[in-house]
Amino acid sequence: MSTTPITADQPQIGTARVKRGMAEQLKGGVIMDVVNAEQAKIAEDAGAVAVMALERVPADIRKDGGVARMSDPNMIEEIIAAVSIPVMAKSRIGHFVEAQVLQSLGVDYIDESEVLTPADEVNHSDKWAFTTPFVCGATNLGEALRRIAEGAAMIRSKGEAGTGNVVEAVRHLRQIKNEIAKLRGFDNNELYAAAKELRAPYELVKEVAELGKLPVVLFSAGGVATPADAALMRQLGAEGVFVGSGIFKSGDPAKRAAAIVKATTFYDDPKIIADASRNLGEAMVGINCDTLPETERYANRGW
Amino acid sequence: MSTNNPVIGVLALQGDVREHLIALAAADALARPVRRAEELAEVDALVIPGGESTTMSKLALLFGVMDPLRERVAAGMPVYGTCAGMIMLADKILDGRDDQETVGGIDMTVRRNAFGRQNESFESAIPFQGLGDEPVNGVFIRAPWVESVGEGVQVLAEVPAADGPDSRIVAVRQGNLLATSFHPELTGDHRVHAYFVAMVENAH
Repeated sequence: MSTTPITADQPQIGTARVKRGMAEQLKGGVIMDVVNAEQAKIAEDAGAVAVMALERVPADIRKDGGVARMSDPNMIEEIIAAVSIPVMAKSRIGHFVEAQVLQSLGVDYIDESEVLTPADEVNHSDKWAFTTPFVCGATNLGEALRRIAEGAAMIRSKGEAGTGNVVEAVRHLRQIKNEIAKLRGFDNNELYAAAKELRAPYELVKEVAELGKLPVVLFSAGGVATPADAALMRQLGAEGVFVGSGIFKSGDPAKRAAAIVKATTFYDDPKIIADASRNLGEAMVGINCDTLPETERYANRGW
Repeated sequence: MSTNNPVIGVLALQGDVREHLIALAAADALARPVRRAEELAEVDALVIPGGESTTMSKLALLFGVMDPLRERVAAGMPVYGTCAGMIMLADKILDGRDDQETVGGIDMTVRRNAFGRQNESFESAIPFQGLGDEPVNGVFIRAPWVESVGEGVQVLAEVPAADGPDSRIVAVRQGNLLATSFHPELTGDHRVHAYFVAMVENAH
């Protein structure tokens, strides 16, 4: 053993770098919705980089109706105990007490999610107040930057969860990508007006214009049901993929989960995606988003 | 493999690949992502990034990268692993999955997620042997530590243990293999990458 002198500073937890850095480690991976320890094990076995613990997958939340809330702490703890990969859990939009509870349970990421029924129609939670990092949904660049200003350390699209239809997630990713590309072409004079138009802080708008990307990791979420869906989202610029109902509402969850993991890594290799797509059994049935009434569109939740 | 400008691959099965490519470029190295055995054969050295070690190990086995990687390591290829990459370079791991395989190469036992869950993730200035007086900013994310090392393994950095007078080993080198529990690629300070690039050039 060496005798390196130890003069380390006081370690700092919960810094922006540590929170955003956690999401960097998930890149290229698949985060899977699970409702119990058994599903969590299946997800881990299939190569998931993390699991999202929730009581009902979005497809069932849609079917059952009513108010959807944070999951039972017992169920979240069982999942934390069952797997060695990171565990995420959802709080309602603006319900900072649910978020406090999730932090106390030791979850690795909190999803302030439109899939649950919003608790506040004006404000999202102040995410800087937490040690646990947050991921939030966004349909466009302004929304993404407002969430980052509130402390979100990761952004995901707000594709219609529980529909098995990627059309909305595609729209959100294209929108965010196009708005970033547009900012790249602006000179400094134009960035102030752009910030006003995006309803986002000027400093963040300027940072995006310089980086050519969000200052945090961007994942796709909502509607991914097949390996090709996952690869599509990655080719459109998502750095990784959330899969909700698509896995455990399908015929052979273990096989489909492993196939989506493969297609997410080799998203630009159609031969591997083809192989991953063979004999997966039945995909989830799916809902056409244009037949969804406005009141049942989750993407409209959040402001 | 050229003799003048060594090419350093970054294992791109999953994890913070982009940040390593940027850090290597900043350290004046030619870097490119590697996902397949054919691509591995074309590089002179490799970085195994941070990420989820169980996922990375599974994909490496599934897509036939694990065995060629072990052969290259045995043949002396320089490799640098951060966090999950450190786990991949360990001969022995604790708290891994039962079926979790590693590449191995460094005679050490690494404990996965040893510093705790995300709420315990931290950053801290740590002295790093061979990088002068200026400490590096160690970013530890659900990080492993090195529980024990064999002879011939050089300890490059340690942090004080939270629960006692001991310290924890967080950076090691054995021959051409380098591993850190923390993520220099997230800090903008490229000295650890430059240290590895120098290792690659000397091995070349």
